[in-house]
Amino acid sequence: MSTERITKKLTFKTFRFNAETDFLPYFKTYEMEVGKDELVLDILNRIKWEFDGSFSYRRSCRHGICGSCSIKVNGKPVLSCKQNVWELVDIFKTDTLLLEPQSKKRVVKDMIIDKKDFWDKHARLKPYLEAEIDEHPEKEILVSPEEAEELLEADYCIQCGNCYYACPVVEVNEEYFGPAQFAKAYRFNADVRDTAKRERLEAVRPMGPGVWDCVKCFECAEACPKDVNPIEKITKLHNQLFEEGMAEDNVATRHAVGFKHSIKKHGLLDEGELVRYSEGNIGVLKHLPEAIAMFKKGKIVMPWNMPKSKNLDEIKTLVKSSSKVKF
Amino acid sequence: MAELKYALYTGCTARESTPELLMSTMAVAKKLGIELILLDEASCCGASHLQDFDDFLSLVLNARNICYAEKLGLPMVTICNTCQLNTVMTKERLDSDEDLKSQVNEKLAEVGLEYKGTSSVRHFLYALIDDYGLDKLAEKVEKPLSDFNVAAFYGCHNIRPSHIHHKHNSKVIEKDVGEGGGEEGFTTDPMMAKYNNNENPYNPNSLDRLIEALQGKSVDYDSKNKCCGFHADLQAPKTANRLTGTALLDAIDNDADMMVTPCPLCHLNMDVKQHAVAKEMGRDIALPVLHLPQLVGLALGIDPKELGLQHNVSEATFV
Ligand code: SF4
Ligand code: SF4
Ligand code: FES
Repeated sequence: MSTERITKKLTFKTFRFNAETDFLPYFKTYEMEVGKDELVLDILNRIKWEFDGSFSYRRSCRHGICGSCSIKVNGKPVLSCKQNVWELVDIFKTDTLLLEPQSKKRVVKDMIIDKKDFWDKHARLKPYLEAEIDEHPEKEILVSPEEAEELLEADYCIQCGNCYYACPVVEVNEEYFGPAQFAKAYRFNADVRDTAKRERLEAVRPMGPGVWDCVKCFECAEACPKDVNPIEKITKLHNQLFEEGMAEDNVATRHAVGFKHSIKKHGLLDEGELVRYSEGNIGVLKHLPEAIAMFKKGKIVMPWNMPKSKNLDEIKTLVKSSSKVKF
Repeated sequence: MAELKYALYTGCTARESTPELLMSTMAVAKKLGIELILLDEASCCGASHLQDFDDFLSLVLNARNICYAEKLGLPMVTICNTCQLNTVMTKERLDSDEDLKSQVNEKLAEVGLEYKGTSSVRHFLYALIDDYGLDKLAEKVEKPLSDFNVAAFYGCHNIRPSHIHHKHNSKVIEKDVGEGGGEEGFTTDPMMAKYNNNENPYNPNSLDRLIEALQGKSVDYDSKNKCCGFHADLQAPKTANRLTGTALLDAIDNDADMMVTPCPLCHLNMDVKQHAVAKEMGRDIALPVLHLPQLVGLALGIDPKELGLQHNVSEATFV
């Protein structure tokens, strides 16, 4: 058997910037032979050890558990110590990989970013268990496997921030809590021992910072190296707001509830009516310019022409019998 | 090759605010000899919003839609990214959870239906590319798009979360992948694209390949795989407008003559809202935005009227 190590010659284009000395960021290119077992973190190490000792990045555990080594490669958020390099070559079908920090506008030095906003928002959602615990309990507090299952996925979050810095809403709305923060809120809300559920729901329900501002792009689900699926947890927080009777009557909640009314009536969605129902009779007026433009182009269905699903009776029956939530 | 035949789940938008989507889909299918049976019984997929309110109800309704494709013994094809995602997410959950499936079937039994899980569910984009075939499509081009730079706008719900789409939109199905197939054999790694020729959500290429098959030039721009903001249009209009605006301007700044999207919801934001978005961005925006089948139809030489181009708000008269 040959002992020759099989390698690929790869080029790494690397984002460089030192907030203390540089006016503008720049890219430096490094070429090296890379073996098939090498991880992105190995490359970061080799750049530092073999090319430039000033190159900076974060790492700690090397076991995919501390969440400090996240960067972006060709735009894909990765956990450096988990992501194999050849796999990236394979999926991007290229020998040139672009190494960048998670968020360029927060860069301190090279791959290191300032995560202050991430942690601050985190802290505001009580990211810990709040419970009346007897300091000298006679027996353990039992949590059944089914109850544990409810929060398991969310519990895997290592706060790497991949989802947060990938979220487009975080980029355009500074108030927005962000996916990791919501996943954490859900983590403790779903814990049967916790007593602060309503407080957390109170914090996540306002428009602007809260769960209603999610655009449902699934960037967070895609970015997460631990399969936490934050958007799914956001959906569950929406559900909890309704189940707990804490959903405020606003454009976002009416928008969600309006689907049920429309489906019950037509099977299909009455799109015009949904906007009116969500916005209210006054609010709807701000959509007038678009409505007129659409009308002119034959894109508005008049109420009397509203299409209905065939076998609408079935749909009505199912809405009646399967509906589990009240608003 | 056997005749291609699908059960078409139109979704609501193609029946209402984007009638041109249904018109152009039917026209393209006819021209290519693809048979589409309309699922007139189907209801709204909930568009991810009903799911926020009443998750179980949305499962029941989506399962019912799939039942009708199963009754016809046909694969289901969708023409909206959000319909596609909500339908396959339902399918995923029911197919992997017997208990949930029987809860849903208990309800469906009240109306004489049963969800079995026998029909596949795919977006028309991938039916064209993988089932019909890009080579065959290229042969049918009568009016090459050679004069045009076309910006592909993918839309979130056809590319993310990728493991779901790899399983449903991809040509390579579960049993062909990995050792022994089944859940174990199927990769959950988001981007093991080596197993198929499907999308890398960070660098998708299906639409680009399609544009090139129609002899157009696909525009390289950063926003192609980004979100248009549609699902927060009402509650967070500023956010939505900024996302839509950034993508439109990115396409314009990279010399796009037009944009194409497989999602009618992206289309509504990109096409109808250009005026409002321009205000938010402080720049003029004028870019024709075509539905996927409108673009294909033009290249196939179908009359623009039949493709409903007169319904597009941003003038597409140059074609
Ligand atoms: S799905 Fe919502 S939370 Fe997740 S990245 Fe998109 S906007 Fe952010
Ligand atoms: S949810 Fe996932 S991506 Fe987000 S911080 Fe936690 S581990 Fe990282
Ligand atoms: S070094 Fe700890 S997660 Fe990578």
